Amino acid sequence: MRLTGAQMVLACLEAENVEVIFGFPGGAVLTLYDEIYKKGFKHILARHEQGAAHAADGYARASGKPGVVIATSGPGATNIVTGIATAYMDSVPLIAITGQVATPLIGSDAFQEADITGITLPITKNNYLVKDINELPFILKEAFHVANTGRKGPVLIDLPKDLQAQEGEFYYPETVEISSYKPVYEGHAGQIAKAADAIKKARRPLLYAGGGVISSGAHEELLQLSKMMSIPATLTMNGLGGVPYDYEYFLGMPGMHGTYAANNAINESDLLIAVGVRFDDRVTGKLEDFAPRAEIIHIDIDPAEIGKNISVQIPIVGDCKLVLKELLRRLQPVEKTNAKKWCANVLEWKTSKPLHYSQEPGDYLKPQFVIEEFYRLTEGNAIVATDVGQHQMWAVQYYRSQKPRTLISSGGLGTMGFGLPAAIGAQVAFPEKQVICFAGDGSFQMNSQELATAVHYNIPVKIAIINNKYLGMVRQWQELFYGSRYAHTSLDGSPDFVKLAEAYGAKGLRVAKAEETAATIKKALEIPGPVVIDFQVDPEENVLPMVPPGTSIVEMIGGE
Amino acid sequence: MERILAILVKDRSGVLTRVSGLFSRRGYNIQNIAVGRTVEPGVSRMTVTVDADPLTVEQIVKQLNKLIDVLKVSDLTDEPAVERELILVKVKAEPGRRSEIQQMADTFRAKIIDLSPDSMIIELTGSEQKLQAFLTMMQEFGIKEIACTGKISLLRGSKVTCDMKI
Repeated sequence: MRLTGAQMVLACLEAENVEVIFGFPGGAVLTLYDEIYKKGFKHILARHEQGAAHAADGYARASGKPGVVIATSGPGATNIVTGIATAYMDSVPLIAITGQVATPLIGSDAFQEADITGITLPITKNNYLVKDINELPFILKEAFHVANTGRKGPVLIDLPKDLQAQEGEFYYPETVEISSYKPVYEGHAGQIAKAADAIKKARRPLLYAGGGVISSGAHEELLQLSKMMSIPATLTMNGLGGVPYDYEYFLGMPGMHGTYAANNAINESDLLIAVGVRFDDRVTGKLEDFAPRAEIIHIDIDPAEIGKNISVQIPIVGDCKLVLKELLRRLQPVEKTNAKKWCANVLEWKTSKPLHYSQEPGDYLKPQFVIEEFYRLTEGNAIVATDVGQHQMWAVQYYRSQKPRTLISSGGLGTMGFGLPAAIGAQVAFPEKQVICFAGDGSFQMNSQELATAVHYNIPVKIAIINNKYLGMVRQWQELFYGSRYAHTSLDGSPDFVKLAEAYGAKGLRVAKAEETAATIKKALEIPGPVVIDFQVDPEENVLPMVPPGTSIVEMIGGE
Repeated sequence: MERILAILVKDRSGVLTRVSGLFSRRGYNIQNIAVGRTVEPGVSRMTVTVDADPLTVEQIVKQLNKLIDVLKVSDLTDEPAVERELILVKVKAEPGRRSEIQQMADTFRAKIIDLSPDSMIIELTGSEQKLQAFLTMMQEFGIKEIACTGKISLLRGSKVTCDMKI
């Protein structure tokens, strides 16, 4: 079959069951967009390419399917760089297709030319500059394969303008064979047996699980392992929903803003079972003091994560779900008095030192209270997307995620401006679900133009701006570690968010008092379109507990 | 500690950037790199010398293996292997000192491959130490310029570093 490059791209997206493209047209993708037009392919027009990339990312995180973003050459391509880096750090499958100037012009500093494959080299799993139209079907197939297998991640295809119009022979391969890329899914049987033995012998075992559990769909196995062997569990931010927040043995997040119970359990544990995690510095604090009494089992699909930050005794390379299944097969429920005592201790920490704040009458509105009210009024069933900063930490501490793929947040890169477009992407994946975006007044303004996208397609996301009139997290660090010298963290000059929402044609609401919160949230949830609620909260509330950077995770400020 | 890695890569544009970029991005320092063809069409061999401790090298190897264009990585440091480097040295050579230089080149089994009224180019192959010793001797005459290939290495005996049927 003879097809043009542009037709090949569309045929490939159909073959891969892609439902929607997030993008922004421009000179070097005109031919591609003409084909999108002719096919009537579903496309969401963002208002900035970065928004399109984050929306594709949010779609992927919520649905588990690769997100697709299209941008033009030059500035269009460079505008999606932050989106690609965000997806790379959190191992999100993303296909980015960029236009490139016509082949004869490449390298001549042509109008809107940028070396986007060069630029994205360190932030993609792989990328391709298409030079021959006949290679395009194979590149497309390979791109989807690489993005969505092994440790998932973004892949970029740079497609010159002339090739989009050039005809070639199209045959979409059903399978792909890359000799140098063969992810290992099945864990090594001997290593799994070792792990099972260690679990049987352990007196103070602890599960420490993360994004790999969500990505491989291992949540049921994780919960089963925890229940069967009475092992308490802590989840990193990207692992939240891996076990239900309300599960008895769930201790909350570990690390910098983790719970006393989780951090203390890591410190006391004699066997840390790390599943789909990467021992990130925000989790471990001072590495030398992390889990000092524990033997460590590390299950991860990426061999390079094993031993990268911390040396482990029982490494298992493989898919979390398959490895946990195999591990469960080798274990029997046992009555262990030792384990009982350990669990009792851990649960005592959990109940005696929970996350806490107080909302007194007449006080400033507390951000934590706002999140809890959202949790209560949505009965924990919403998909939550967040921006980055204090509100993000409060959102993950107080919106008690019960299910996988319901918390969408930029963990690794910590990208401000991620929340709104990611929420839009999640809502596109699940039009019937309630999607809440928790944003900060700082973060929101980094991509507030995407309100237009939400209004344009009537994407009914509810945006809760936790407005403390500061870049709150930076201000908190300045207060605690820089003698309260608030260098450029005050956000004087921010717009009236209610008026801004209304200007876009969305609904705008405002809450400044605790007693108005519930009624306003209820009202917002009932509005069928996008809503912005400006929550004017305590400007100097801090996220607690907090482990100061570079110290051990048991040295917590406000942990008591 | 100095380690020598043999890296087989797909011969595609940008692959050298991918490999060298990975080293710099992760903070590993390349001391020396040589790239050339192999007997397999479409496959190139990079020989990279790095100064790193064993744990770091293990991480480098794992990260290299994640690159889609990298076919195989072998650490040759602890294997019985031959290492060679080729150097071209342009030295000042006034007519009166030519025979002296010629003698020294003979001692090192180096070859004079170009001659001009006041300079000559000498070609020498060998281990790093041998090349260094030769350069020290040539300094006396005045080195005008050098060009060096970087280290390449093959396992001794019939064993091969990289099985081509990957």
